[in-house]
Amino acid sequence: MNKHTLSVLVENKPGVLARVSGLFSRRSFNIDSLAVGETENPDVSRITIVVNADSSPLEQVTKQLNKLVNVLKIVELDPQQSVQRELLLVKVRADRAQRSQVLETVELFRAKVIDVAPDTLTIEATGNPDKLDALLRDLEPYGIKEMVQSGLVAIGRGSRSITTGPALRAA
Amino acid sequence: MTRPTPETLAHRANPATVAAAAAPAVASPVPTSGAGALVRSLEALGVEVAFGIPGGAILPAYDPLYDSKVRHILVRHEQGAGHAATGYAQATGKVGVCIATSGPGATNLVTPIADAYMDSVPIVAITGQVARPAIGTDAFQEADIQGITLPITKHNFLVQNAEELPRILAEAFHLAATGRPGPVLVDIPKDVLQAPTTFAWPPTLDLPGYRPTLHPHGKQIREAARLIAQARRPILYVGGGVLKAGATDGLRKLAELTGIPVVTTLMALGAFPDSHPQHLGMPGMHGTVPAVYALQKSDLLITLGARFDDRVTGKLDSFAPDAKVVHADIDPAEIGKNRHADVPIVGDARHVIDELIAAVSATAGGAAQYESWWATLNELRERYPLGYEEPTDGSLAPQYVIERIGELVGPDAIYVAGVGQHQMWASQFIKYEKPGTWLNSGGAGTMGYAVPAAMGAKVGRPDTAVWAIDGDGCFQMTNQELATCALEGIPVKIAVINNGNLGMVRQWQTLFYDGRYSNTELGTHKHRIPDFVKLAEALGCIGLRCESKADVDKIIQQAMEINDAPVVIDFTVGKDAMVWPMVAAGTSNDEIMFARDVRPSFDEDDL
Repeated sequence: MNKHTLSVLVENKPGVLARVSGLFSRRSFNIDSLAVGETENPDVSRITIVVNADSSPLEQVTKQLNKLVNVLKIVELDPQQSVQRELLLVKVRADRAQRSQVLETVELFRAKVIDVAPDTLTIEATGNPDKLDALLRDLEPYGIKEMVQSGLVAIGRGSRSITTGPALRAA
Repeated sequence: MTRPTPETLAHRANPATVAAAAAPAVASPVPTSGAGALVRSLEALGVEVAFGIPGGAILPAYDPLYDSKVRHILVRHEQGAGHAATGYAQATGKVGVCIATSGPGATNLVTPIADAYMDSVPIVAITGQVARPAIGTDAFQEADIQGITLPITKHNFLVQNAEELPRILAEAFHLAATGRPGPVLVDIPKDVLQAPTTFAWPPTLDLPGYRPTLHPHGKQIREAARLIAQARRPILYVGGGVLKAGATDGLRKLAELTGIPVVTTLMALGAFPDSHPQHLGMPGMHGTVPAVYALQKSDLLITLGARFDDRVTGKLDSFAPDAKVVHADIDPAEIGKNRHADVPIVGDARHVIDELIAAVSATAGGAAQYESWWATLNELRERYPLGYEEPTDGSLAPQYVIERIGELVGPDAIYVAGVGQHQMWASQFIKYEKPGTWLNSGGAGTMGYAVPAAMGAKVGRPDTAVWAIDGDGCFQMTNQELATCALEGIPVKIAVINNGNLGMVRQWQTLFYDGRYSNTELGTHKHRIPDFVKLAEALGCIGLRCESKADVDKIIQQAMEINDAPVVIDFTVGKDAMVWPMVAAGTSNDEIMFARDVRPSFDEDDL
């Protein structure tokens, strides 16, 4: 099975996320991650969904999503042709003795310290899932007290935009 | 036999339906309430009839409905309203409308909505909802019907403002009727119905994400024509989409032009005349041997508006193993869902068929080019015709009853089946010659469908005879609507094929559970509870009973002569009759049984 990143443009209306997520569960498709937010057009929201599926079930997912009346457009983003990012916030045990080593790791991954307490540091990092996994592996020995991760968001490289075109004219 | 009293007859409304006139525009907004806007929108959309029951939350809508030209038929249970809307839609091709109040009223519509979704029937369900400030508070008679029906509607709406009502209703009807048809629910809070607003018509639809593809891609049509020209054992595998698209004339033309054999699924009976020499019958679990065999041995399935349902394919990985597949459907998600399509064609069946006719006319050579294929199929037709054995215990054969109804009532009537053995026999032993003459619950398999759907069909086509073929189990689920039929002047005929049991389940217990008849005996024979004749009379209908073969024709004719009241006939039939042929669930179509312990021999050398 392969991971696929789908950018789903939907009408920004109540209940649309429930329609999309409900479709996945009732057709037994697996979602790895899901992120949703407004686009440059406030009438349009963009849902980025990472699905783990072979190509034929993926085609079914796409077709079923397209049948939802509120779905405007679906684009699969090729990992090579797009930028993909997640956001990670992690609270790491870091007393006086460990603090400089933790800060070195933070530096190495171009992450940021966003909160400090006597025995912990809270770190913010963005990146593709591989980078964040690597960061977490490096932080693990110090003791991860709490972490939270966003779904993946992605955008195609180059000047072309998926949010223009006839499908979105009326939205 | 009792006739309804004059008092009962006096209560019957005028069955004349209001003609759907083109709605005049209402250019300058007219002040009204949300409820007024709802009813005016229904009128503007050409709604002739709505089936429903009022209640607290929907009550404001019933006030303007009182003066409306929309005929409201007060049913006895919301499930009846839903199936009646479905029967109306299937019989007329128009959108059926049902109305219920919030909470239990709305949840009672769930089964017919799911039923309409599975069979792609255009209905619009209008439900009352608790007032906006009370939503989410577990208020009296509150149910999240929008959430409940998300997976079983084509789309649904919760109306937030009275101003939106005309647009949302127009969108609901547009969605229900176009593309792949289906049910649409419009949930309206009580305070939205009561709110002052204005009404203008027509509204502008705002459905940017809804663009059904009607016209097939020319390249795919040419590719399909190329495969058709090469095929030696092609089959036209025809589903309900052909009926919905009104493509039956084109289908006949295509079939006759090419000489290709035709099978019609349960949802497509009537799409191609049963009497046509190219018709092999219905495929599937209880299909004919030649139809099942033809699919299995075919080298090209030309699939038109069908969806490779498990009841047709049997065990999927052994279905039609040598066939390439041309799959035309208006719903792209059906293509490749169950079976890979070599040539996918997205489009309306009428356009697809018309373009296929044009594309194959240069190469089509009629039946002569498939001589050996036809020879094999014709031999199977002779060896394995549909039939049944007379019961040895002296009981009445259910198949005989159904066959005689079809014979005497004829091909112009509408036949509406429940779900089970009687449904399969009605599909097998009545000859369907015309579109729109066979209604049943195919996808959902909803027991209880027949009585209310027959009611809806009769309302939609009052000049056509409507016969429900129902079972004694099904009949007990929804017969309360006969009271509606009696009072509203809807003279349907209900043939209860009463074998005293849940017959299809019993058949499976006979075949797969060593004859352990757990909970399938209904007591309608043994104890005559209920007595269907007395029940019919209590519901304002005429009740007849038939227990012997000699009386069958006479009683059917007696029922045919009654046109001023609904008629229920209790046909007391034997309980041991089984539906054959049969492909047992989960097995391959190759394992089809012609009768118990009789497997057809398919001689591979025939090919």
